Amino acid sequence: MSTNMKMQSIGLNAWFGQKQALKDINISIKTNSVTAIIGPSGCGKSTFIRTLNRMHELTPSAKLSGQILLDGKNIYDKDIDPVMIRRRVGMVFQKPNPFPTMSIYDNVAAGLRLTGTKKGRNLDEVVRHSLEQATLWDEVKDDLKKPGTSISGGQQQRLCIARAIALQPEVILMDEPCSALDPIATAKIEALVVQLKEDYTVVIVTHNMQQAARVSDFTAFMYLGQLIEFGYTTSVFENPRSELTEKYITGKFG
Amino acid sequence: MARKIKGDNIFKIITGVIAASAIVILLLTTYVLVNGSTLVFSQFGLGFLTSTSWNPVEGRLAFGLLPYILGTLVTSGIALLIGVPLSLGIAIFLVEMAPKKVRVPISYLVELLAAVPSVIYGLWGIFVLRFWVLNNLEKPLNHYLGWISVFSGTPFGLDIFTAGIILSIMIIPTIASVSKEVISAVPDSIREGAYSIGATKWEVIRNWVLSYGRSGIFGAIILGLGRAIGETMAVTMIIGNVTGPNAIPTSLFKAGQTLPSLIANGFIESPDPVQKSAYVGAGLVLLAISIVINIAAYVMVTRLLKVKGGAVE
Amino acid sequence: MLSGYSFRNFKNKLFFALCLVCVVVAVIPLASILFEVIARGASQINVQFLTANSLQGGIGPAIQGTFIIIAFTSIVGIPIGVLSGVYLAEFGDNKYASAVRTINNVLTEVPSIVVGITAFAIIVVGITGTYSPFAGAIALSFILIPIVARTTEESLKLVPNSAREAALALGAHKWRSTFSVVVPAARSGLVTGTLLAVARIAGETAPLLFTILGNNYFFQGLNQPMDALPLRIFNNSRQPSPELQAQAWGAALILILIVLALNIGVRLASRGKLRR
Repeated sequence: MSTNMKMQSIGLNAWFGQKQALKDINISIKTNSVTAIIGPSGCGKSTFIRTLNRMHELTPSAKLSGQILLDGKNIYDKDIDPVMIRRRVGMVFQKPNPFPTMSIYDNVAAGLRLTGTKKGRNLDEVVRHSLEQATLWDEVKDDLKKPGTSISGGQQQRLCIARAIALQPEVILMDEPCSALDPIATAKIEALVVQLKEDYTVVIVTHNMQQAARVSDFTAFMYLGQLIEFGYTTSVFENPRSELTEKYITGKFG
Repeated sequence: MARKIKGDNIFKIITGVIAASAIVILLLTTYVLVNGSTLVFSQFGLGFLTSTSWNPVEGRLAFGLLPYILGTLVTSGIALLIGVPLSLGIAIFLVEMAPKKVRVPISYLVELLAAVPSVIYGLWGIFVLRFWVLNNLEKPLNHYLGWISVFSGTPFGLDIFTAGIILSIMIIPTIASVSKEVISAVPDSIREGAYSIGATKWEVIRNWVLSYGRSGIFGAIILGLGRAIGETMAVTMIIGNVTGPNAIPTSLFKAGQTLPSLIANGFIESPDPVQKSAYVGAGLVLLAISIVINIAAYVMVTRLLKVKGGAVE
Repeated sequence: MLSGYSFRNFKNKLFFALCLVCVVVAVIPLASILFEVIARGASQINVQFLTANSLQGGIGPAIQGTFIIIAFTSIVGIPIGVLSGVYLAEFGDNKYASAVRTINNVLTEVPSIVVGITAFAIIVVGITGTYSPFAGAIALSFILIPIVARTTEESLKLVPNSAREAALALGAHKWRSTFSVVVPAARSGLVTGTLLAVARIAGETAPLLFTILGNNYFFQGLNQPMDALPLRIFNNSRQPSPELQAQAWGAALILILIVLALNIGVRLASRGKLRR
């Protein structure tokens, strides 16, 4: 069982200053699956996903207790460099954020260059492969020198996914990746997410329950910093155990 | 943890240490000035600040800064008297009146005033401004108002008055650009509210805009004052440079001296250690004034900002 | 009632006119300075004037010295100023940083003549024992560093946080993200601010009086007095000889061309990019 689990959070608590944002979260994330985190805004789902690659601690006043295991090893151990964790656990943000001064090509190559891991790898190959995996290659292959910010929002978000893929991470975290996109761009990203689990383990935060139902294998429902329910997506949506979950997915609040 | 210290903590520590250069510069400056002026203060005590004599002759050494402190205050006062209304007029024009097309070029022109090196202001002051001021301002003022002591004497052009005027030009860019920012920051809702009760544009500006932004404008004026007090070259080239009781600014139309011009003129050529120390002491006074002005501007601006909420009504 | 209104209206128009007058009054000195410098300076300009040493009636040493002092000051001051600004922008959320920020603000208002005394006491008396380009560069660095630190901090803070997060989420080190992502994104503001600061120190005179002193000859070495355009202008302006005074105008023209070229060039280049 545990070999199947890419990541696990054990007794995870997080604070911003005095305010507790996460209370005793226990979730196991299965290898090569898509796990969706849903819940009303302010429930802690973004905070949670940012604890998975230690982005949480970049916020001043942020504190944390508990464990996050990556392949069974606690990423918060004293001897672990957060930088190494982030290379293994990539992230895609709410708003597409390609590097403003870089071309499309350079954006994808940025991860390798910035982390000094480009040695022995053919950059052109990596860029092409990453853009293909992000289903963006055909749209931009003639414009690789154009600025990364010159393409549409949906394309930018896929560019950011390609940028994350280029580093060949083991896990890809997505923090509401479609919230700034139109429906057509959203559909493309969703299709991509389903494809990505062939090679990666994906965790996606979304406020859109239909999206969670469409793309994920597992769903976690969070409310006020607590994990209310976690299980197979089909059972969470069709047969919720908690009354709160049922209220939320039937649109009675939030 | 070991890795962490190697990587980004080193980056933070290195840049943090480099950032300490500011502290080092201030400490060095303070140390040099305090250390260098011990001699003069130990000989003359506080009399160094209040005495008017300046005698470098051996055996009769006497140094006092009062005339130059007064000279600095008077020239800066003239600069504010002339420069503040001009600067506010420019700022108001740029924000409230100027069409977009002329706003940018005029802002550039005003900023260019700040780009001209002060030694060039001085050169222009000696050979151009001096004669204009002498013929068009000093002679008439002296002729009609000469019975008032500040306008008495024989106008010559290289004097306290001309120094004040050139300072007023030099502080315009500082006061105008900061005031411009302040006035543009006044929310339009304030203006609309005033217009809606039938106020004219001038009334809106005077009664609402300036009152809402006055804390910031006050800060702008203080900054301008700081510039005027510390300005060296242009003043040195124009003010006439006299020392001793003669330098007391009893009339605008006589040669004078400010603290910076005193230092610029004599520091290098003073072989006597006590005299050198006196120049350093003048520098210490100047540093103290500039720090006090900085802090005063900060304190007053923040205090006024707190009051502002109630004052707007 | 009507007369009350028309009086108010009159005041309104009068006020408009006065503001316009203020603008004109402020622009006149600028126009006059530029006109006089060009009119009186241009007639001086010829190859001999630009390349000969001062005893042969030229300002060659002053031009050379100004470029040397700008280069030395930039080499010392810009890296320190930029890295200070990087610290303030990227790690500036603590008491130490706000102290540094306050001190930088104080330093930008310290009269430059005071800086001259400091550099004189430390470098000229304390270290080299002579007037030297080194002492001058240190003095001007003391002026340059706080300005560059402030503009660097301001430009870096305009870079959205999402760019930093994107780099860090890729597993980049903070220093890497700063220099490869944040600094390039802030490039135009940084370059503009830094060049304007350099333009400012190019015309500084007071600190040079006690540090490089002036020289009639071309660069003599790092431990010898050196000339510079502002010093040449100042010294010649006080000479009774009309020729020397005329040379001061020629030197002023060269100096103002250097300073204005930096100013106008930078502003034109960055127009639109910096304006919000």
